[in-house]
Amino acid sequence: MEFFRIKQDIPFMRHALVFNIISLITFLLAVFFLATRGLHLSIEFTGGTLIEVGYEQTADLDKIRGKLEADGFTDTQVINFGSSRDVLIRVPLKAGETAQVSERVKASLDALGDAPTLKRVEFVGPQVGKELAEDGALALLLVIIGIVVYLAFRFEWRFAVAAIIANLHDVVIILGFFAFFQWEFSLPVLAAVLAVLGYSVNESVVVFDRVRETFKKKRGLSTPEVINHAITSTISRTIITHGSTQMMVTSMLIFGGPALHYFALALTIGILFGIYSSVLVASPLVMWLGVSREQFVKPKKENPAGATEDGACV
Amino acid sequence: MNRYPLWKNAIVILALAFGFLYTLPNFFGEVPAVQVSSIKATIKLDSALKARIEEALAAAGLQPTGVFFEPNSIRVRFADTDTQLKARDAIEKAINPDPANASFSVALNLVSASPDWLTSIHALPMYLGLDLRGGVHFLLQVDMKGAITKRLDALGADLRTLMRDKGLRHGGIVREGQQLIIRFRDAETREKARIAIADNQPDLELVEAQEGSDWKLIASLKPQAHKRIQESALKQNITTLANRINELGVAEPVIQQQGADRIVVQLPGVQDTAKAKDILGRTATLEIRMVDDEASANPATLEAAANGNPPPGTEYYVERGGRGLIVKKQVVLTGDRLTDAQAGFDSQTHEPAVHLTLDAAGARIFRDVTRENVGKRMAILLIEKGKGEVVTAPVIRTEIGGGRVQISGRMTTTEASDVALLLRAGSLAAPMEIIEERTIGPSLGADNIAKGMNSTLWGFIAIAVFMIAYYLLFGLVSVIALTANLLLLVALLSLLQATLTLPGIAAVALTLGMAIDANVLINERIREELRNGATPHAAIAAGYERAWGTILDSNITTLIAGLALLIFGSGPVRGFAVVHCLGILTSIFSSVVVSRALVNWIYGGRRKLASISIGQVWKPGA
Repeated sequence: MEFFRIKQDIPFMRHALVFNIISLITFLLAVFFLATRGLHLSIEFTGGTLIEVGYEQTADLDKIRGKLEADGFTDTQVINFGSSRDVLIRVPLKAGETAQVSERVKASLDALGDAPTLKRVEFVGPQVGKELAEDGALALLLVIIGIVVYLAFRFEWRFAVAAIIANLHDVVIILGFFAFFQWEFSLPVLAAVLAVLGYSVNESVVVFDRVRETFKKKRGLSTPEVINHAITSTISRTIITHGSTQMMVTSMLIFGGPALHYFALALTIGILFGIYSSVLVASPLVMWLGVSREQFVKPKKENPAGATEDGACV
Repeated sequence: MNRYPLWKNAIVILALAFGFLYTLPNFFGEVPAVQVSSIKATIKLDSALKARIEEALAAAGLQPTGVFFEPNSIRVRFADTDTQLKARDAIEKAINPDPANASFSVALNLVSASPDWLTSIHALPMYLGLDLRGGVHFLLQVDMKGAITKRLDALGADLRTLMRDKGLRHGGIVREGQQLIIRFRDAETREKARIAIADNQPDLELVEAQEGSDWKLIASLKPQAHKRIQESALKQNITTLANRINELGVAEPVIQQQGADRIVVQLPGVQDTAKAKDILGRTATLEIRMVDDEASANPATLEAAANGNPPPGTEYYVERGGRGLIVKKQVVLTGDRLTDAQAGFDSQTHEPAVHLTLDAAGARIFRDVTRENVGKRMAILLIEKGKGEVVTAPVIRTEIGGGRVQISGRMTTTEASDVALLLRAGSLAAPMEIIEERTIGPSLGADNIAKGMNSTLWGFIAIAVFMIAYYLLFGLVSVIALTANLLLLVALLSLLQATLTLPGIAAVALTLGMAIDANVLINERIREELRNGATPHAAIAAGYERAWGTILDSNITTLIAGLALLIFGSGPVRGFAVVHCLGILTSIFSSVVVSRALVNWIYGGRRKLASISIGQVWKPGA
């Protein structure tokens, strides 16, 4: 079996401007939604109490809401979680409230009659939430710096800059989706976003590796041609790899249940946009940053006789 | 050419054998057990205890499937949970004849059912996080300011004693914020006091000041003393928590310091969170102070005090019965001086009572105070979360020596044993607050495991089917390499006993999904080489060689992201990051080295290789 029977290099770079405009629009849309709607942050970041209970029968959400309101819990969120018998209750953090909230909520629910079983309780105080948000931002920063430094060291600063811009644009787009649909942004989602960042950069690296190799191996090709060749020769691998990873992620979406739902969703968006951005955004950026053969091919005399010309051995 | 030297093959075989061995315990599952551990430092576990446990089980007609003696616990395995529950009661009755004064904690637990020889080489099943096994997780914040204030109050009392001992007259010692202010009538006394304090209290930094006719000494804690107090407060709180949790009877509690002022408490298997929280969250400290009898007897003063204007140097408290009481601020004794507290009954009135035992210094202070104050009342206060409650305010009838004190009056038996438990478990050096809580029910835990496993399994199958269909024999090799990756990853997690959480399982799945990338890279490269007309052997060699640089680069960028998560992540993110990072390392090894070894075994021996099974290689010209 061979899916990709490509006779000639596909002229991706001819449409570079189009790709970049598409990216820019998606990016701006994502920023717009992030700015106007904001992220629906989980209680891990905002602080508050989350209670998951399981009923024997289908739970009557309105009754639960009414009871909680009557018992003085304002702004609570009562939703089904996974099945109609499982109920998730979010109580926002209020000044002076402590970890005792969950017990009071449970007492209110028990007072309704058929007492549910407590499946999960999470309480996060205000100081923790703030720290988590800060740590998340720091982790993102560290990833960016680490990747830029590594790529600049291994390749060229142009590659580093292009890769990080392309992939940060992925991250913003994932966040844009979460803002648009108001999906819950929790710690595992943050982990997924950062993992995707690493994964997408990895994608750009594969293409860049080929660009470098092609520059060294094939003479007489213009920079866009080199990039076209590099993308074309890695496209089958790109799609198969992403397909395989997506199979795993889809399996998580199907079998992982509600706990892994948004995690898998973030990965899905990340993987889909990852293909696009690392190939069709990063490469034009490299081109416009002015990458050229001279940056890779050292003067002949430095090459000892007999050394391979492909430069793949490092 | 396509052959590995012996040592490389040996490494691959050794690594796989290691992986298999350390993954093995995970397949045996867990069996119910009863775990007995000592909760008193003076009582050690010995073989006599083991014999007593076995005897008790035999008497109850219960058959254990194994009894294990470990340094800190004795574990008895049972075939089912029913027997386990009965056995717990039988053992409890046999070794803790007096439940109010238990020497051992008898807890329900699950232990690995893997054979002994595996356990002896430290091959244990993966350590499951609370979200997979159920239980409670608390993050407690220690109020360090409280610890410092408490220490300063104690120092203030010490300074008063010092002044009295040295015969130095002072105009009062008060604490204002984080400072102690000592007033004197003249500079001479102040100078003498300064020398005396500097000699006796090296922790204090003294500054002189003058205000009108007052000659003042302002004492504050030196920075290193500050630090030391905070460290020891944290340590004492951890010890105290450990003691309290022991009384709860939890099999494998985790109590750890996190950062400078936080404590993580994890109680696997605990479902009664209310009780756990109650015991943990109660920051009860005991204080014994004198009652200002004159002020308390005056209704006008009492009313003013109730409205927030107590006479200077006193505080207003409400007794259990609801009556107001004015208590002096000066602390006679704190819970630190307490060595034991037991619930019991008053020998004369047969009322429930709490019997306290004080240490030598405490006993001496108590004797002095009671001797000097016969006929007056003393208040025993239980301070919880900054709010004090007068447990009782008995009249001192005689001098009480020997450090044995009994508190009785207006208590139920339960209250008495609760108070005793709290006091016995030690007082906290500083108040604490729960700033994070996670409770996971056992059914949800099992559910999470099943969901995580299913996602991984089906994802793996899908990838395997595709790889084999697309790359034929090389696809099979890739799948075997991926299996080896899983094996090594699970083995590493088991060996390191890293906590596996649901995000951790997700990371396993994701890592496998990403790891196949390396094999795809290799296989595509080999195809490409074949397409360019290389011989099969050359194509294999070149494919692996050329893909290697790319694999390394791409894995390192992924690893950077993983490490950042590991450094800054907490809770669920950390669980994800650990697995993700380990998975990247194992995947480099398995996808490159293991798969190459397999390919070498398959093709390396054949000199004349006409074709290899890597699926159809399409050539543009053909």
